Amino acid sequence: MFRKFTKEDVHSRSKVKSSMQRTLKAKLVRQYPKLEDVIDELIPKKSQIELIKCEDKIQLYTVDGEVFFFQKFDELIPSLKLVHKFPDAYPTVQVDRGAIKFVLSGANIMCPGLTSAGAKLPPAPGYENDTIVVINAENKVSAMAVGKLMMSTEEIKSINKGHGVEMIHHLDDPLWNFTVE
Amino acid sequence: MLRSPLYCAVCSLPPEYCEFTGKLKRCKVWLRDAHPATYKILYDAEDDSVDAVSGKLAESSIGEEREEKLEKDLLKLQAKQENREQRELQMKLSSKVVIKREARTKKKSLVAISGLEVFEIDMKKLAKTFASKFATGCSVAKNVEKKEEIIVQGDVLEGVEKYIHALLEEKGLKDVKVEVVDVKKKKKPDTAAAGGDQSKSSK
Ligand SMILES: [Zn+2]
Repeated sequence: MFRKFTKEDVHSRSKVKSSMQRTLKAKLVRQYPKLEDVIDELIPKKSQIELIKCEDKIQLYTVDGEVFFFQKFDELIPSLKLVHKFPDAYPTVQVDRGAIKFVLSGANIMCPGLTSAGAKLPPAPGYENDTIVVINAENKVSAMAVGKLMMSTEEIKSINKGHGVEMIHHLDDPLWNFTVE
Repeated sequence: MLRSPLYCAVCSLPPEYCEFTGKLKRCKVWLRDAHPATYKILYDAEDDSVDAVSGKLAESSIGEEREEKLEKDLLKLQAKQENREQRELQMKLSSKVVIKREARTKKKSLVAISGLEVFEIDMKKLAKTFASKFATGCSVAKNVEKKEEIIVQGDVLEGVEKYIHALLEEKGLKDVKVEVVDVKKKKKPDTAAAGGDQSKSSK
Protein backbone atom coordinates (compact mmCIF):
# COMPACT_ATOMS: atom_id res chain seq x y z
CA MET A 1 0.00 0.00 0.00
CA PHE A 2 2.88 2.37 0.71
CA ARG A 3 5.45 0.93 -1.66
CA LYS A 4 5.78 4.12 -3.67
CA PHE A 5 4.44 6.57 -1.13
CA THR A 6 6.23 9.93 -0.89
CA LYS A 7 5.57 13.37 0.53
CA GLU A 8 4.34 14.36 -2.94
CA ASP A 9 1.33 12.13 -2.40
CA VAL A 10 0.04 14.32 0.41
CA HIS A 11 -2.96 16.37 -0.76
CA SER A 12 -4.08 18.15 2.37
CA ARG A 13 -3.62 18.35 6.11
CA SER A 14 -6.23 19.37 8.63
CA LYS A 15 -6.63 19.33 12.39
CA VAL A 16 -9.31 16.98 13.72
CA LYS A 17 -11.86 18.70 15.96
CA SER A 18 -12.31 17.32 19.44
CA SER A 19 -15.82 16.00 18.76
CA MET A 20 -14.48 14.13 15.74
CA GLN A 21 -11.55 12.97 17.85
CA ARG A 22 -13.99 11.27 20.23
CA THR A 23 -15.77 9.60 17.31
CA LEU A 24 -12.48 8.33 15.92
CA LYS A 25 -11.36 6.92 19.25
CA ALA A 26 -14.71 5.17 19.67
CA LYS A 27 -14.35 3.67 16.21
CA LEU A 28 -10.85 2.42 17.00
CA VAL A 29 -12.10 0.76 20.17
CA ARG A 30 -15.04 -0.79 18.34
CA GLN A 31 -12.64 -2.30 15.83
CA TYR A 32 -10.00 -3.32 18.36
CA PRO A 33 -11.87 -3.77 21.68
CA LYS A 34 -8.71 -4.44 23.69
CA LEU A 35 -7.66 -0.84 23.06
CA GLU A 36 -10.41 0.37 25.38
CA ASP A 37 -8.29 0.38 28.54
CA VAL A 38 -5.38 2.22 26.96
CA ILE A 39 -6.98 4.47 24.37
CA ASP A 40 -6.85 7.57 26.60
CA GLU A 41 -3.24 6.84 27.31
CA LEU A 42 -2.43 6.32 23.64
CA ILE A 43 -4.36 9.37 22.51
CA PRO A 44 -4.73 11.73 25.50
CA LYS A 45 -7.54 14.26 25.37
CA LYS A 46 -5.17 17.16 24.96
CA SER A 47 -3.29 15.63 22.04
CA GLN A 48 -3.80 16.89 18.52
CA ILE A 49 -4.96 14.47 15.85
CA GLU A 50 -4.26 15.56 12.32
CA LEU A 51 -5.87 14.09 9.20
CA ILE A 52 -3.59 13.84 6.18
CA LYS A 53 -5.39 13.10 2.94
CA CYS A 54 -3.23 11.45 0.33
CA GLU A 55 -3.22 10.11 -3.20
CA ASP A 56 -5.26 6.96 -3.82
CA LYS A 57 -7.80 7.87 -1.11
CA ILE A 58 -5.39 6.97 1.63
CA GLN A 59 -5.97 8.90 4.85
CA LEU A 60 -3.34 9.05 7.57
CA TYR A 61 -4.08 10.09 11.13
CA THR A 62 -1.21 11.49 13.13
CA VAL A 63 -1.15 12.08 16.86
CA ASP A 64 1.27 14.80 17.87
CA GLY A 65 3.10 14.39 14.58
CA GLU A 66 3.39 10.59 14.44
CA VAL A 67 1.22 8.43 12.15
CA PHE A 68 -0.91 6.25 14.47
CA PHE A 69 -3.39 4.76 12.07
CA PHE A 70 -4.68 5.09 8.54
CA GLN A 71 -7.55 4.06 6.35
CA LYS A 72 -8.27 3.51 2.70
CA PHE A 73 -11.77 2.13 2.93
CA ASP A 74 -13.82 2.13 6.09
CA GLU A 75 -11.63 0.22 8.50
CA LEU A 76 -8.92 1.86 10.54
CA ILE A 77 -5.51 0.18 10.30
CA PRO A 78 -2.88 0.70 13.00
CA SER A 79 0.63 1.82 12.05
CA LEU A 80 3.53 -0.24 13.40
CA LYS A 81 4.55 2.67 15.63
CA LEU A 82 1.15 2.36 17.31
CA VAL A 83 1.28 -1.44 17.42
CA HIS A 84 4.65 -1.32 19.17
CA LYS A 85 3.25 0.84 21.96
CA PHE A 86 0.53 -1.70 22.75
CA PRO A 87 0.82 -4.92 20.73
CA ASP A 88 -1.83 -7.00 22.48
CA ALA A 89 -4.90 -5.48 20.88
CA TYR A 90 -4.74 -6.93 17.39
CA PRO A 91 -5.27 -10.26 15.64
CA THR A 92 -1.73 -11.56 15.20
CA VAL A 93 0.07 -14.17 13.15
CA GLN A 94 3.74 -15.12 13.13
CA VAL A 95 6.05 -16.02 10.24
CA ASP A 96 9.19 -18.14 10.48
CA ARG A 97 12.66 -16.65 10.35
CA GLY A 98 13.11 -17.56 6.71
CA ALA A 99 10.21 -15.30 5.69
CA ILE A 100 11.47 -12.17 7.45
CA LYS A 101 13.53 -10.74 4.62
CA PHE A 102 10.73 -11.25 2.11
CA VAL A 103 8.26 -9.50 4.38
CA LEU A 104 10.69 -6.62 4.86
CA SER A 105 10.96 -6.26 1.10
CA GLY A 106 7.21 -5.78 0.89
CA ALA A 107 6.12 -9.15 -0.47
CA ASN A 108 2.79 -10.77 0.32
CA ILE A 109 3.19 -13.65 2.74
CA MET A 110 3.03 -17.17 1.39
CA CYS A 111 1.12 -19.78 3.36
CA PRO A 112 4.09 -22.07 4.11
CA GLY A 113 5.82 -19.18 5.91
CA LEU A 114 2.81 -19.11 8.25
CA THR A 115 2.50 -22.84 8.88
CA SER A 116 6.10 -24.02 9.38
CA ALA A 117 7.64 -24.87 12.74
CA GLY A 118 8.75 -21.32 13.56
CA ALA A 119 5.42 -19.80 12.55
CA LYS A 120 2.22 -19.35 14.53
CA LEU A 121 -1.43 -19.19 13.61
CA PRO A 122 -4.34 -18.96 16.07
CA PRO A 123 -6.16 -22.21 16.99
CA ALA A 124 -9.50 -22.87 15.28
CA PRO A 125 -11.77 -21.09 14.56
CA GLY A 126 -9.05 -18.47 13.98
CA TYR A 127 -9.57 -15.32 11.93
CA GLU A 128 -11.85 -14.73 8.97
CA ASN A 129 -10.69 -13.84 5.48
CA ASP A 130 -10.06 -10.05 5.13
CA THR A 131 -9.08 -9.61 8.78
CA ILE A 132 -6.40 -6.98 9.40
CA VAL A 133 -3.53 -8.83 11.12
CA VAL A 134 -0.31 -7.80 12.81
CA ILE A 135 2.63 -9.89 11.64
CA ASN A 136 5.25 -11.00 14.13
CA ALA A 137 8.41 -12.95 13.40
CA GLU A 138 10.00 -16.00 14.95
CA ASN A 139 12.19 -15.09 17.94
CA LYS A 140 11.40 -11.38 17.62
CA VAL A 141 9.46 -9.33 20.13
CA SER A 142 8.32 -6.41 17.97
CA ALA A 143 5.87 -6.75 15.14
CA MET A 144 7.30 -6.23 11.67
CA ALA A 145 4.28 -5.76 9.44
CA VAL A 146 0.54 -5.23 9.14
CA GLY A 147 -1.43 -7.07 6.50
CA LYS A 148 -4.81 -8.36 5.47
CA LEU A 149 -5.73 -12.03 5.33
CA MET A 150 -6.38 -13.29 1.80
CA MET A 151 -8.01 -16.43 3.19
CA SER A 152 -9.11 -17.47 6.67
CA THR A 153 -6.43 -18.80 8.99
CA GLU A 154 -8.06 -22.24 8.84
CA GLU A 155 -7.79 -22.16 5.04
CA ILE A 156 -4.15 -21.12 5.30
CA LYS A 157 -3.54 -24.25 7.36
CA SER A 158 -5.43 -26.60 5.06
CA ILE A 159 -4.55 -25.17 1.64
CA ASN A 160 -0.98 -24.24 2.63
CA LYS A 161 0.09 -22.79 -0.69
CA GLY A 162 -0.11 -19.44 -2.46
CA HIS A 163 -0.54 -16.04 -0.84
CA GLY A 164 -1.99 -15.99 2.65
CA VAL A 165 -1.55 -12.37 3.71
CA GLU A 166 -1.61 -9.24 1.58
CA MET A 167 1.12 -6.83 2.63
CA ILE A 168 -0.10 -3.42 3.75
CA HIS A 169 2.64 -1.85 5.84
CA HIS A 170 6.03 -3.12 7.02
CA LEU A 171 9.12 -1.93 8.87
CA ASP A 172 11.23 0.48 6.82
CA ASP A 173 8.57 1.12 4.18
CA PRO A 174 7.77 4.73 3.21
CA LEU A 175 5.02 4.98 5.84
CA TRP A 176 7.41 3.84 8.56
CA ASN A 177 9.81 6.56 7.45
CA PHE A 178 7.12 9.21 6.93
CA THR A 179 7.40 12.27 9.14
CA VAL A 180 5.43 15.46 9.41
CA GLU A 181 6.70 18.57 11.02
CA MET B 1 0.69 -0.21 30.41
CA LEU B 2 2.14 1.21 27.21
CA ARG B 3 5.54 0.23 25.96
CA SER B 4 8.03 2.79 24.82
CA PRO B 5 9.75 1.00 21.99
CA LEU B 6 13.43 1.44 21.25
CA TYR B 7 14.38 2.17 17.66
CA CYS B 8 17.84 1.99 16.15
CA ALA B 9 19.34 5.40 15.46
CA VAL B 10 21.17 4.03 12.43
CA CYS B 11 18.53 2.06 10.52
CA SER B 12 15.36 3.21 12.42
CA LEU B 13 14.05 -0.33 13.04
CA PRO B 14 13.65 -2.10 16.38
CA PRO B 15 17.24 -3.28 17.10
CA GLU B 16 16.32 -6.95 16.78
CA TYR B 17 15.73 -6.34 13.06
CA CYS B 18 19.04 -4.54 12.39
CA GLU B 19 20.49 -7.77 11.03
CA PHE B 20 18.12 -7.53 8.06
CA THR B 21 18.97 -3.99 7.00
CA GLY B 22 22.51 -4.47 5.74
CA LYS B 23 23.68 -1.80 8.18
CA LEU B 24 24.32 -4.21 11.03
CA LYS B 25 27.92 -3.17 11.68
CA ARG B 26 27.06 0.45 12.32
CA CYS B 27 23.85 -0.49 14.12
CA LYS B 28 25.84 -2.61 16.56
CA VAL B 29 28.32 0.15 17.29
CA TRP B 30 25.48 2.51 18.09
CA LEU B 31 23.59 0.02 20.23
CA ARG B 32 26.66 -1.02 22.19
CA ASP B 33 27.30 2.58 23.20
CA ALA B 34 23.74 3.83 23.56
CA HIS B 35 22.00 0.80 25.08
CA PRO B 36 24.58 -1.68 26.40
CA ALA B 37 21.95 -3.79 28.18
CA THR B 38 19.94 -4.38 25.00
CA TYR B 39 23.17 -5.00 23.12
CA LYS B 40 24.05 -7.71 25.58
CA ILE B 41 20.71 -9.42 25.16
CA LEU B 42 20.83 -9.33 21.38
CA TYR B 43 24.47 -10.03 20.63
CA ASP B 44 26.20 -11.44 23.66
CA ALA B 45 25.54 -15.04 22.77
CA GLU B 46 26.96 -14.26 19.39
CA ASP B 47 30.49 -15.48 19.64
CA ASP B 48 31.94 -18.03 17.31
CA SER B 49 32.57 -20.78 19.83
CA VAL B 50 31.21 -24.15 18.80
CA ASP B 51 28.73 -24.12 21.66
CA ALA B 52 27.28 -20.80 20.60
CA VAL B 53 26.92 -21.83 16.98
CA SER B 54 25.30 -25.16 17.72
CA GLY B 55 23.07 -23.47 20.28
CA LYS B 56 21.94 -21.03 17.66
CA LEU B 57 21.23 -23.82 15.23
CA ALA B 58 19.24 -25.73 17.80
CA GLU B 59 17.15 -22.61 18.36
CA SER B 60 16.47 -22.16 14.68
CA SER B 61 13.36 -23.82 13.37
CA ILE B 62 14.29 -23.55 9.72
CA GLY B 63 17.07 -26.08 9.71
CA GLU B 64 20.80 -25.90 9.19
CA GLU B 65 20.69 -25.53 5.44
CA ARG B 66 18.22 -22.66 5.30
CA GLU B 67 19.89 -20.94 8.25
CA GLU B 68 23.21 -21.07 6.43
CA LYS B 69 21.72 -19.67 3.26
CA LEU B 70 20.00 -16.93 5.23
CA GLU B 71 23.26 -15.98 6.89
CA LYS B 72 24.97 -15.85 3.49
CA ASP B 73 22.18 -13.70 2.08
CA LEU B 74 22.40 -11.31 5.00
CA LEU B 75 26.14 -10.95 4.54
CA LYS B 76 25.61 -10.26 0.85
CA LEU B 77 22.99 -7.67 1.71
CA GLN B 78 25.41 -6.02 4.08
CA ALA B 79 28.17 -5.85 1.46
CA LYS B 80 25.70 -4.40 -1.02
CA GLN B 81 24.53 -1.77 1.42
CA GLU B 82 28.11 -0.79 2.26
CA ASN B 83 28.99 -0.48 -1.41
CA ARG B 84 25.96 1.66 -2.00
CA GLU B 85 26.82 3.94 0.89
CA GLN B 86 30.37 4.28 -0.44
CA ARG B 87 29.08 5.13 -3.89
CA GLU B 88 26.63 7.66 -2.53
CA LEU B 89 29.31 9.35 -0.49
CA GLN B 90 31.60 9.46 -3.53
CA MET B 91 28.82 10.95 -5.58
CA LYS B 92 28.14 13.57 -2.95
CA LEU B 93 31.78 14.50 -2.60
CA SER B 94 32.35 14.67 -6.34
CA SER B 95 29.31 16.76 -7.14
CA LYS B 96 29.20 20.47 -6.66
CA VAL B 97 26.74 23.14 -5.73
CA VAL B 98 26.49 26.09 -8.08
CA ILE B 99 25.32 29.46 -6.83
CA LYS B 100 24.73 31.82 -9.68
CA ARG B 101 23.88 35.50 -9.59
CA GLU B 102 22.07 36.73 -12.67
CA ALA B 103 21.19 40.28 -13.47
CA ARG B 104 17.55 40.59 -14.34
CA THR B 105 17.33 44.27 -15.01
CA LYS B 106 19.71 47.10 -14.48
CA LYS B 107 19.14 47.14 -10.77
CA LYS B 108 17.55 43.81 -9.99
CA SER B 109 19.21 40.43 -9.88
CA LEU B 110 18.41 36.95 -8.73
CA VAL B 111 20.36 34.06 -7.32
CA ALA B 112 19.95 30.50 -8.60
CA ILE B 113 21.23 27.55 -6.60
CA SER B 114 21.62 24.20 -8.34
CA GLY B 115 23.26 20.87 -7.58
CA LEU B 116 21.58 20.38 -4.22
CA GLU B 117 19.57 17.29 -5.13
CA VAL B 118 22.22 14.72 -4.22
CA PHE B 119 22.38 15.97 -0.65
CA GLU B 120 18.85 14.97 0.29
CA ILE B 121 17.94 18.51 1.09
CA ASP B 122 14.25 19.37 0.95
CA MET B 123 14.28 22.06 -1.76
CA LYS B 124 10.85 23.46 -0.96
CA LYS B 125 11.70 23.82 2.69
CA LEU B 126 14.99 25.51 1.88
CA ALA B 127 13.19 27.89 -0.50
CA LYS B 128 10.85 28.82 2.34
CA THR B 129 13.79 29.38 4.65
CA PHE B 130 15.43 31.70 2.12
CA ALA B 131 12.18 33.55 1.50
CA SER B 132 11.80 34.42 5.15
CA LYS B 133 15.52 34.87 5.84
CA PHE B 134 15.95 37.41 3.04
CA ALA B 135 12.37 38.69 3.07
CA THR B 136 12.06 38.06 -0.64
CA GLY B 137 10.43 35.83 -3.22
CA CYS B 138 11.85 32.37 -3.58
CA SER B 139 10.81 29.38 -5.63
CA VAL B 140 11.87 25.96 -6.84
CA ALA B 141 12.14 25.59 -10.61
CA LYS B 142 13.52 23.13 -13.14
CA ASN B 143 16.51 24.45 -15.04
CA VAL B 144 17.53 23.67 -18.63
CA GLU B 145 19.06 20.36 -17.59
CA LYS B 146 15.71 19.48 -15.99
CA LYS B 147 17.27 19.55 -12.56
CA GLU B 148 15.67 21.38 -9.70
CA GLU B 149 17.12 24.69 -8.65
CA ILE B 150 16.15 27.30 -6.13
CA ILE B 151 15.62 30.83 -7.40
CA VAL B 152 15.94 33.64 -4.86
CA GLN B 153 14.87 37.10 -5.95
CA GLY B 154 17.27 39.89 -5.06
CA ASP B 155 20.95 40.46 -4.68
CA VAL B 156 21.57 38.00 -1.86
CA LEU B 157 24.52 36.06 -3.22
CA GLU B 158 26.74 36.44 -0.17
CA GLY B 159 24.00 35.48 2.26
CA VAL B 160 23.06 32.40 0.23
CA GLU B 161 26.67 31.32 -0.09
CA LYS B 162 27.21 31.57 3.65
CA TYR B 163 24.05 29.63 4.37
CA ILE B 164 24.88 26.82 1.91
CA HIS B 165 28.33 26.40 3.42
CA ALA B 166 26.85 26.18 6.90
CA LEU B 167 24.25 23.67 5.71
CA LEU B 168 26.85 21.40 4.09
CA GLU B 169 29.05 21.56 7.13
CA GLU B 170 26.12 20.58 9.31
CA LYS B 171 25.56 17.53 7.09
CA GLY B 172 29.21 16.51 7.38
CA LEU B 173 29.86 17.48 3.77
CA LYS B 174 32.04 20.51 4.07
CA ASP B 175 34.44 19.15 1.44
CA VAL B 176 31.80 19.52 -1.24
CA LYS B 177 32.71 22.14 -3.82
CA VAL B 178 30.60 25.25 -3.99
CA GLU B 179 31.05 27.23 -7.18
CA VAL B 180 29.97 30.84 -7.29
CA VAL B 181 29.13 32.28 -10.69
CA ASP B 182 28.39 35.93 -11.14
CA VAL B 183 26.77 36.75 -14.46
CA LYS B 184 26.50 40.47 -14.90
CA LYS B 185 24.56 42.13 -17.67
CA LYS B 186 26.72 42.55 -20.70
CA LYS B 187 25.27 45.82 -21.72
CA LYS B 188 25.34 48.47 -19.13
CA PRO B 189 24.36 51.49 -21.16
CA ASP B 190 24.72 54.23 -18.57
CA THR B 191 27.71 53.17 -16.53
CA ALA B 192 29.89 55.41 -18.67
CA ALA B 193 28.88 58.36 -16.59
CA ALA B 194 29.93 56.54 -13.44
CA GLY B 195 33.42 55.85 -14.78
CA GLY B 196 32.93 53.57 -17.79
CA ASP B 197 33.63 50.34 -16.06
CA GLN B 198 33.19 48.26 -19.24
CA SER B 199 35.92 45.70 -18.71
CA LYS B 200 34.59 44.51 -15.41
CA SER B 201 31.04 44.13 -16.56
CA SER B 202 31.84 41.92 -19.51
CA LYS B 203 32.97 39.04 -17.41
ZN1 LIG C 1 19.85 -0.74 13.17
